[in-house]
Amino acid sequence: MSVLINKGTKVICQGITGSQGTFHTEQAIAYGTQMVGGVTPGKGGTTHLDLPVFNTVRNAVDETGADATVIYVPAPFCKDSIIEAAESGVELIVCITEGIPTLDMLEARIAVEQNGVRLVGPNCPGVITPGECKIGIMPGAIHQPGKVGIVSRSGTLTYECVKQTSDLGYGQSTCIGIGGDPIPGTSFIDALALFADDPQTEAILMVGEIGGTAEEEAAEFIASNVKKPVSAYIAGVTAPPGKRMGHAGAIIAGGKGTADDKFAALSAAGVTITRSPAELGLAVKEATGW
Amino acid sequence: MNLHEYQAKALFAEYGMPVPSNLVASTPAEARKAAESLSTDRVVVKAQVHAGGRGKAGGVKLVDTPREAEDYASSMLGTNLVTYQTDAAGQPVNTVLVEETCDIANELYLGMVIDRASQRVVVMASTEGGMEIETVAHETPEKILKAEINPLVGVMPYQCRELAFGLGLKGGQIKQFSSLLDGLCKLFVDKDLALVEINPLVITGAGDLICLDGKINIDSNALYRHPDLDTLRDKSQEDERELRASEWDLNYVALEGNIGCMVNGAGLAMATMDIIKLKGGQPANFLDVGGGATKERVAEALKIILSDPEVKGILVNIFGGIVRCDLIADGIMAAVAEVGIDIPVVVRLEGTMAAEGRKLLDESDLALESASDLGDAAEKIVAIVAKTAGANA
Repeated sequence: MSVLINKGTKVICQGITGSQGTFHTEQAIAYGTQMVGGVTPGKGGTTHLDLPVFNTVRNAVDETGADATVIYVPAPFCKDSIIEAAESGVELIVCITEGIPTLDMLEARIAVEQNGVRLVGPNCPGVITPGECKIGIMPGAIHQPGKVGIVSRSGTLTYECVKQTSDLGYGQSTCIGIGGDPIPGTSFIDALALFADDPQTEAILMVGEIGGTAEEEAAEFIASNVKKPVSAYIAGVTAPPGKRMGHAGAIIAGGKGTADDKFAALSAAGVTITRSPAELGLAVKEATGW
Repeated sequence: MNLHEYQAKALFAEYGMPVPSNLVASTPAEARKAAESLSTDRVVVKAQVHAGGRGKAGGVKLVDTPREAEDYASSMLGTNLVTYQTDAAGQPVNTVLVEETCDIANELYLGMVIDRASQRVVVMASTEGGMEIETVAHETPEKILKAEINPLVGVMPYQCRELAFGLGLKGGQIKQFSSLLDGLCKLFVDKDLALVEINPLVITGAGDLICLDGKINIDSNALYRHPDLDTLRDKSQEDERELRASEWDLNYVALEGNIGCMVNGAGLAMATMDIIKLKGGQPANFLDVGGGATKERVAEALKIILSDPEVKGILVNIFGGIVRCDLIADGIMAAVAEVGIDIPVVVRLEGTMAAEGRKLLDESDLALESASDLGDAAEKIVAIVAKTAGANA
C-alpha cells in the first residue's frame, strides 16, 4: 500500500509537448510510471514520446482511462488547466507550476472541491511512491521503497528528507510535496490523514516553513487523530519578519507564522521536532526507536 | 509589490471610494503650489515611503500655510525616513502627498486580506481605527469583525450591512459604507491585491466616511496581467541587492550576518541559514538560485553575495536533483574563477553524480572546500569564518 498513487496509476501530462512537460515525462517513463498520454490543445491526434496527444483532458481521460494528471502549463494558464482537469473525471491533479496568481487559485480550488478531486500543489515537486509511480520533478534515484511517509512545503528539503531516510534504510511509503504557495490544494492535515490510514506508512516526517498557520492546524490534528510517530522540522527560524523567503507563502506577517510558534505547537502535540535540517532522519529514528 | 499611499488613494478614487482631495509633490515648490490649490487652509504633508509608522517618525505634518508646506517638504525630500518598520538607514523620501484636512469624529479600520486558513478573501473591520490591526487582534480580538467573501459571487450587500451595523454606523452611513466596501472588493479582485488597508477610515464631524490613509500590496505573481500597475513600482524603496537579484530571477534577502549562502530551493535556502545559526554562525543572506544553477546564474549570485562587505565566507549548498552534480561543480568553478573570490567557500553537493562533483572541486586550484553533508558543510564554514575573524581581531 501507499497513498495517492501506486504502480496501477495511469497518468497523463497537461503541457506534454512543452520543454518541462517533455523532460519530466521522459523521466517519469524511465522511472516506470504508467504514462498513458498527454494534452496540448491543437496537437491532438499526434504522438509525443510515443504517447498519444489529445486536444482536451476529457478526450485524454476517455481514451486512456487516466486516473491522474500532472500540469506543467505556464502560470497564466493554470487556473484553466486545473479546472479543466477537475471537470474531466481524473481523481488526482498534481500541479508543478510556480507563480500562479493567488486569486486564480481561490477560484480553481472551488472547482476542485465541487468535483471531489484531489489537487496537490501548485508550486510543488509532486508526489512519488518509490519503486512504483513518480509524478513530478523529484529525482527518482534517491528514493527507496519503505515505511516513512513524507509531507513537505519545500522541494529540495523533501529531497533532504528522502536522502536521510534512505541512508538510514527506512525508505519512503509515499512523498507528497504540498508546495510553497499560500493556497495549496492539499494541506498538511489532508496528507497526515492519508498517511494515518495507510498500513505501509509506519512513521511520518513533515517539513513545514514560516508563514500561515497550517503547521499549527496540523499539530492539533495530530494530537487527536494520528497514532503513528510523527517527526517535524520547520524552516525559517532565522528568517526576518515581513520578508517573503522565495516561496509565495513563506512570510511572517503581523508577527504570525514564525518557526518558533510552529515548533512549539508541534512539540506540544507530541511530535518529535528537530531544529537541524541535517538530522531529519535522526528525528524519525528518535520518534520510532528504530 | 507595495504601493505608496498616494497611489493607493488614486485607486480608491477610481473605484468610487471617498478620499480627501490631494496632490503629489516631488519638489518644495510643488508642495507650496499644491497647498495653495487645495480648499482647506490647513493641509497635511505626508512623506511617501514604503513603511508604516510615519507619523511617529516625523514623516507627517499638519501645516497652516503654503509656505510651511514648502518648508516641511524641503526638510523631508531627499532625506531618508527611519521608522520602526524600516532598517537603520530608512527609506528615501522622493515625494510627499499634500492633502486637505477634515475634522475627525471617529476612526475606524477597514482591510482585506487573503486568509490562508479559510482559503477565502476576508474583510476585516474594527472600531479601533488608527491602531495597528495586529495589536487589536492580539489585545482585543473581539473588536475585529470579519466577513468571508465567496469568490464566485463577490461581497454581498448583507455582508456590507452586517459589518456596518457591527461598527455602529447609522442612517446614511450604512449606505456609504456599503458602497465603499463594494468598491474596495471590486478593486481587490480587479487588481489582484494581496492586501489592502484603510487605517484610519474616518467618520467626519458631518458624519461622512472618508479614507484617510491607504496601504496596498499587489500579488506579484499577477503583475503580468496588470501592466498599468507594474509602472507604479518604486524601485528606490527596494533593497539594492534584492532588486538586482530579482532582475536575474534570483530570490535574495539580505540579513545581518557574515556567512553568505547560495542554495537551490527556497526551503533548503532557509534551512541552510538556520543550520549556520545552529552551528554558531550568522547567515548574511537568503539566496535561492533556482533549479538550474547554471554557470551564469551562479556567477551572478556570487557577485550579489560578495557585494555585501560583511561577507567573510560563503556556503554553497546544492541538492542536485535531476541535474548532474558534476555539471554543477563545473558551473561553480567557472563562476568562482570568473568572479575572482578571495574569501573561503565551502561547497556541499548532493544528488546525482555528487561524488564526481566533489572530486572535481577538491582537485581544482580554487579555494573551494567540499563538504559531505549539510551538517558538515555548516560546521566547516562556521569554523573557517570564526578563525578568519579571530585572526583579524
